[in-house]
Amino acid sequence: MASAARAYLLQRVTALIMAPLVLAHLALIVYAVRDGLSAGEIMARTQGSIGWAVFYTTFVAAAAVHATIGLRNVLVEWTPLGRRTATLIAHTGGLLLLALGLRAVYAVVS
Amino acid sequence: MAEDSSPDDAVQPELQVDVWRGGAQGQYQRFTVPRSANQTVLDVVTWIQRHRDASLAYRFACRVGMCGSCAMTVNGRPKWTCRTHVRTVTRDRYLQIGPLRNLPVLRDLATDMAPFFDKWQAAQGRFSGSHSRRDPLAVIPPQSHERQAADAAIECINCAVCYAACDVVQWQPDYVGPAALNRAWAGCNDVREADRGRILRAVASDGGCYSCHSQQGCAQHCPVGLNPTRSIAALKRAALASLSSHG
Ligand code: SF4
Ligand code: SF4
Ligand code: FES
Repeated sequence: MASAARAYLLQRVTALIMAPLVLAHLALIVYAVRDGLSAGEIMARTQGSIGWAVFYTTFVAAAAVHATIGLRNVLVEWTPLGRRTATLIAHTGGLLLLALGLRAVYAVVS
Repeated sequence: MAEDSSPDDAVQPELQVDVWRGGAQGQYQRFTVPRSANQTVLDVVTWIQRHRDASLAYRFACRVGMCGSCAMTVNGRPKWTCRTHVRTVTRDRYLQIGPLRNLPVLRDLATDMAPFFDKWQAAQGRFSGSHSRRDPLAVIPPQSHERQAADAAIECINCAVCYAACDVVQWQPDYVGPAALNRAWAGCNDVREADRGRILRAVASDGGCYSCHSQQGCAQHCPVGLNPTRSIAALKRAALASLSSHG
């Protein structure tokens, strides 16, 4: 499949994946804040939880792909960079996001 | 029409008109032009060329909205000047007339249209048939679904007004633009087209239909009322469907 079509499809698929995850994530924040959970109490719930590990790993992966494509589009349209350079920068940014995200997931579930 | 002989034409005798002179690095030049009833923007430009400066460069041919050669930027918006009445674009008797945006300026109001037409080719906006002259003529009933679908995207006069209105064309020099994609979609809906895949592959590549943001600048400005945004949205779906099944 042509790369532009693939990127378009991937960006929509990752958006679909993220939509319910974002809502759950926000609900979770509200819940944790309102109930005044401490860091320790949060860690007690997440550590060793396969459910939360899967939830946030999926979230991080989808966000990294989605952001890479979006960033590339912004760079191509709004900067004088060529497609090649824009793709390189966007991929670097995406990988960084993926690494940081996975590290955070690892920190709360391990 | 009563509206055509609006009293404004009689009481406001003159127009102040700034006209672009020179190439990309030019500047606007002020002319004072007599107002007349039913005056079009093209009439204004022609008056200046005949009475003030014979060297003014601009294009027109049909003067009735058929040929698509007279498009310019009028008070900031792309317009077909032969069918644009002065009274519809100015309230205070001031006009600023420049060359179309997003195309190289040759001189004054004339742009180089080559990139616009090159992109029609890049988007494969051409026909490839499978029949020879010995085959019977294809019969396509006017009421058929296929013919109606094709109808929605034909009648383009190649004026490049949509191309000048599109911000993505400005941002992304290799974006083929609304007119070329609209034409590609008309081609896809031609039942005689023998190689639809050729068109869909071309529009699905970089600079093709997936670059469009669906903001509808093109549809808003197209003087003949076409809606390239809708054609492009249809192309996005068709290209995905055909490419995901054929690789
Ligand atoms: S809808 Fe697409 S083609 Fe039309 S003006 Fe907007 S970005 Fe350009
Ligand atoms: S689609 Fe409309 S605005 Fe664009 S070139 Fe054709 S007639 Fe002109
Ligand atoms: S002169 Fe032909 S469309 Fe205006």
